[in-house]
Amino acid sequence: MTVKGKYLRIALGIVVIGALIIVPMNFNRYGLYILSQWAVMTIAAMGLNLTLGYAGQVSLAQGAFVGIGAYAAAIMTTQGMPLIAALSVAVVLCFAIGWILGYPALRVQHHYLAFVTLAFSTLAFLVFRNEDWLTKGIYGISNIPRPNVMGFATNRPLPFYYFCLGSLGIVSLAMWWLIRSPWGRAFIALRENPVRALSLGIDTRRYTLMAFAIGSALGGVAGTLYAPLTQYIDPVPFNLSLSLDLLMMVIVGGSGFFFGPFLGAMIAVLLPEWLRFTQGYYLMLYAVAVMLLLIYSPTGILGILDRYLAARRTKAASALRAVTKSKLETAS
Amino acid sequence: MSNLLDLLVAGLATGAIYALVAVGFTLLWQTSQTINFAQGEFVMLPAFLMLALMHAGAPFWLAIILGILLSLLLLGLGFKLLLVDPMLRHGVLPLAIATMALAIGMKEAVKQFFSAEASPFPSIVPAGDISILGRVVSLQSLGVLALAIAVVIGLTALLNRTSIGHQMQATAQNPTVARIIGVPVERMILLTFLINAFLVALASLLITPIYLAKFSSGEVLGQAAFIAAIVGGFNQVRGAIAGGLLIGVVDNLAAAYVSTQYRAAVPLVLLIVIILFRPQGLLGRPEERTV
Repeated sequence: MTVKGKYLRIALGIVVIGALIIVPMNFNRYGLYILSQWAVMTIAAMGLNLTLGYAGQVSLAQGAFVGIGAYAAAIMTTQGMPLIAALSVAVVLCFAIGWILGYPALRVQHHYLAFVTLAFSTLAFLVFRNEDWLTKGIYGISNIPRPNVMGFATNRPLPFYYFCLGSLGIVSLAMWWLIRSPWGRAFIALRENPVRALSLGIDTRRYTLMAFAIGSALGGVAGTLYAPLTQYIDPVPFNLSLSLDLLMMVIVGGSGFFFGPFLGAMIAVLLPEWLRFTQGYYLMLYAVAVMLLLIYSPTGILGILDRYLAARRTKAASALRAVTKSKLETAS
Repeated sequence: MSNLLDLLVAGLATGAIYALVAVGFTLLWQTSQTINFAQGEFVMLPAFLMLALMHAGAPFWLAIILGILLSLLLLGLGFKLLLVDPMLRHGVLPLAIATMALAIGMKEAVKQFFSAEASPFPSIVPAGDISILGRVVSLQSLGVLALAIAVVIGLTALLNRTSIGHQMQATAQNPTVARIIGVPVERMILLTFLINAFLVALASLLITPIYLAKFSSGEVLGQAAFIAAIVGGFNQVRGAIAGGLLIGVVDNLAAAYVSTQYRAAVPLVLLIVIILFRPQGLLGRPEERTV
């Protein structure tokens, strides 16, 4: 990466973050709700991207972890406990369950983790629906309070959006650090070549479980934001289709790319809203758009960018080679 | 005891339908590594095609024939040419995600162009009960069971007794070698897609009279077939058949004896236990595609 490219990237980052802060200021209630939802879903998709994109394990249970986080937040905050307490419970719970659920993945080949997590996802939904004493069953939990952050109430949509955006920022920084740490490198080694990773002395068992557990814990974080966002939760949003949606977000955005989940969540949350003018057709068009995108670029949106940059780099390199060659020829 | 017999018959009947769907599912996996998350919607659609034809004035028998032909065209040929072929070489996962999107698209299309309400669907087996050995058994259950068994036997015979069947199996087991010894691999893969389309159309015809035609009915069915395929053995046709029957029976027994609330959990727990202790499925071979 050249120095110029680096500054360009930093400038672009500042513009995007500035836009995310300033532009929504005069959005209406619904627009802010959708943007907050985007931030929450991005966090969940980032967790899945760690599991899938970096460590190469397919999980179909991310939606269930969002559900566990959301129920932890809803149950605890309606009892008067602070959201931060719910957050710690959700993270610990999701991490532990993710860890246990990862064990079958160690025993068998990778697509079986998808099957186990699929079963877990549906089991979790059944528990949300049937355990009335804890989750109030199909009636759901209403009047979930929004938190006070450092003395500021976030009851109104705009402050709560900033709260979600801030959480997304913190999670992004932590993730940025994680994938550059030795752990992150170990995760990538795991995806690229598990046998070689093992022979290099990486404890593949522990790292597989770790990637899955951390990814699941981020699902829990997203859930603790989701509950105060909607202020009412019932089991329906946390069925299998949420897990499938999250998986779609990661793949469509570009799995294994840091910014993949951001774009993927944008497509999954915002594109249907933009297509709403087509009325009944919007989800259909969304499905067709996803299929066309995947046919065109199976590595997702960032895959297109990646290919374009790689092609340009090769072109530049070959041009450079041609110049050097002609110079050498004239010199001789 | 008498109750148990009824449950078994009803369970075997739904199980036989699951088996049809699961067999198609495993066939696609074997010949072209396609995990079809839209398989449930594939079962949902043919019933609506037939209903649409009947609304257009076609008699029931004609609607069935045309509906099956349309399914072969759309869910067999169209699915393979438009979605699977362009994506296959990029690996299992993007294609699996694309079939998820396809499932959403199909559900929404039916909801938009047909109806969001459940529609009744005529049964090809006359309603009523007959008594066997002094027991009253629903004619519909028996008819469904008989038809599904006939199809499964026919399919097994096709796969194991005919030259085309052997070529298909060769394609599934090792496409490269199959190509070398002169098997038209491409045509065999297309054939499995057509067989899958035929099986789902048939399953649609059998199950829709029982559960009504609804745009969302594929979700439960697809998952049941998926679980059946894994429990029975992902890489074996007879595994999928056994898995389908087992899930059907277990599901019905669980509804009666465990609790209606957690009936859906029983097959899932079975799935997890199977994966932990016998990951290749009850009748499957261990997978050799390791690295």
